[in-house]
Amino acid sequence: MLLFLEQLLNGLQLGVFLFLVAAGLTLIFGIMGLINLAHGSLYMIGAFAAATVTNWTGSFLVGLLAALPITAAVGMAIEFVVMRRLYDRDHLDQVLATFGLILFFNELIAMIWGRPPLFMTVPDILNGTVEIIPGIPYPIYRVVIIGVGVLVALVLYGVIARTRVGMLIRAGSTHREMVGALGVNIRVLYTLLFGFGAIFAGLAGAMAGPLMSVQVGMGEGILILAFVVIVIGGIGSVRGALVGALLVGVVDTMGRAFLPTLLKTMLPPAEADGIGAGLSSMAIYLLMAVVLVWKPRGLFPAHG
Amino acid sequence: MADHSHRMGAITRKTAVLAFGFVLLAALPGIAHLMDEPFLVSTFSRVLIYAMAAVSLDLILGYGGMVSFGHAAFFGVGAYVVGILAHHAAEGTTVLGLAGTNLAVVSWAAAVLVSAGVAAVIGALSLRTDGVHFIMITLAFAQMLFFLFVSLEPYGGDDGLMMMGRNDLFGIDLSDDMTFYYLCFIALMAFLLLTRRLVDSRFGMVIRGCKQNERRMRALGFPVYRYKLTAFVIAGAGAGLAGALSANHTEFVSPDFLHWTMSGDIMIIVILGGIGTLYGPVVGAVVFLMLEEFLPLAFDSVGLEGLKEHWRFLFGPILILVVLFARRGLFGLLAGREARDG
Repeated sequence: MLLFLEQLLNGLQLGVFLFLVAAGLTLIFGIMGLINLAHGSLYMIGAFAAATVTNWTGSFLVGLLAALPITAAVGMAIEFVVMRRLYDRDHLDQVLATFGLILFFNELIAMIWGRPPLFMTVPDILNGTVEIIPGIPYPIYRVVIIGVGVLVALVLYGVIARTRVGMLIRAGSTHREMVGALGVNIRVLYTLLFGFGAIFAGLAGAMAGPLMSVQVGMGEGILILAFVVIVIGGIGSVRGALVGALLVGVVDTMGRAFLPTLLKTMLPPAEADGIGAGLSSMAIYLLMAVVLVWKPRGLFPAHG
Repeated sequence: MADHSHRMGAITRKTAVLAFGFVLLAALPGIAHLMDEPFLVSTFSRVLIYAMAAVSLDLILGYGGMVSFGHAAFFGVGAYVVGILAHHAAEGTTVLGLAGTNLAVVSWAAAVLVSAGVAAVIGALSLRTDGVHFIMITLAFAQMLFFLFVSLEPYGGDDGLMMMGRNDLFGIDLSDDMTFYYLCFIALMAFLLLTRRLVDSRFGMVIRGCKQNERRMRALGFPVYRYKLTAFVIAGAGAGLAGALSANHTEFVSPDFLHWTMSGDIMIIVILGGIGTLYGPVVGAVVFLMLEEFLPLAFDSVGLEGLKEHWRFLFGPILILVVLFARRGLFGLLAGREARDG
């Protein structure tokens, strides 16, 4: 039971991560109609920026805070140079051009930092454990990640649903020309919004640094998981991204933790290990397939 | 007037380009030996295999408007079927109650059938949606199969599976690079002929109609979903055969065959060569793989050693420029206005 709760927390933590990445992706798609494969590159850039600055200054917090403006700047630069030419293009063009960006950024990072992974340590203050559920010492750092994710979800909801900027963003997504005609500089708004989405990816990357190795190509795995998340949640819906991320996080973690053991009760151990490993790595995709059969547009289909 | 002369069977720019390309590929082993670069024969076998995978993708992408970002899945499944059957043949064991085999006829047919089956399942689910959903879902399913093969430890898992030589095709010695090249050549030409006829048939017209206006096709009474699924399965089968050839070419299969960058590469080949042209992907495969082969060497020889390993650093921006400014692809540039019929 304790193990189960601990794995549930791990699942939540993975889910929060995925939410941070998926939120930016779904926001940009929902509002600008742009599918951005290079979102994973922004995640990677965030991680590299955080790792480098942390190693210079010795302070994780400084590293984390430096990563945010850096990814925002890179994001806005991408928008300015490439993305704004793609808004009116079909999805195929968007996929290919942003695939080109991935190739570019992966090689750029490899040229600057090399292929071997960088390592980041968790700052001392976050290094202990805490018993948020009695009997389970759980790393503080992971608790912090869950907290940050919840905070981001709240802020995002607040900004989009309750502020004037959020209102313009929502209006711009449905009636772009109209909002422009009313005197809003929609181009600048989109550039800023893109930077905003990039910050989430950068934040997730920076926080992932101490947990996973920081290396070239780290963004792609998470990008595809984020795709699964937003397909399940409904593309363009931030609420869907949250639900989808938590579902995927929990199913993936639980599957890896318990499926092989569960299978061992039914199959000989050698086979159970093999099939269990295979099944648990496929679990989230099967989840996606089930959701698709049930609701082809995802759990929370956005308008349009 | 141009259209008229075309119908009269006069030599148009397009037929000239096609004839030239055909002769060039048919004579390639000879050219390679004259140039004293025999390794080119093997390199071009790879080109032909990739071209076949790309042509199969063009069928659904260029003509059906289905942006499948998981085409490497079928390529990889085809390769793994051949690899796994050869593995069991070598070990003398069985898989799912069937004995392994080294016979090309059996294992290539199995590769085509299994990848068609996988395409049927993935297609049936993915085609319930469209647009950006379809892109992401095909990508995700391909990734699922990638992880499946990574976790299949009996077949090498991450490291992949070695084959003890190429398959046995009626006793023909496929280990000879020239023989293998012509086998790939014949396979590609046969596949091009098949897809050409398919695209020009009534079935092809329906598929192309779906790309232009699916709602209208539905209103006309066509079971759109079934047509699209059929095209998807045919494309999967073609990619599976390319995978089977690829396994024979490298005598090795690994999860990399199904990696999502492979799907990306196949898609780039289609776009680079010219989407919705069938022949364009062949041009695209030649150019893409030649760039991959020679761009690093070129960087090295002009003193840019730093870029040797990082040729994709330049290729990424080139790709973006092609997407933004050169929509017709290379075949469009070569063959002119009549290149595209998708």
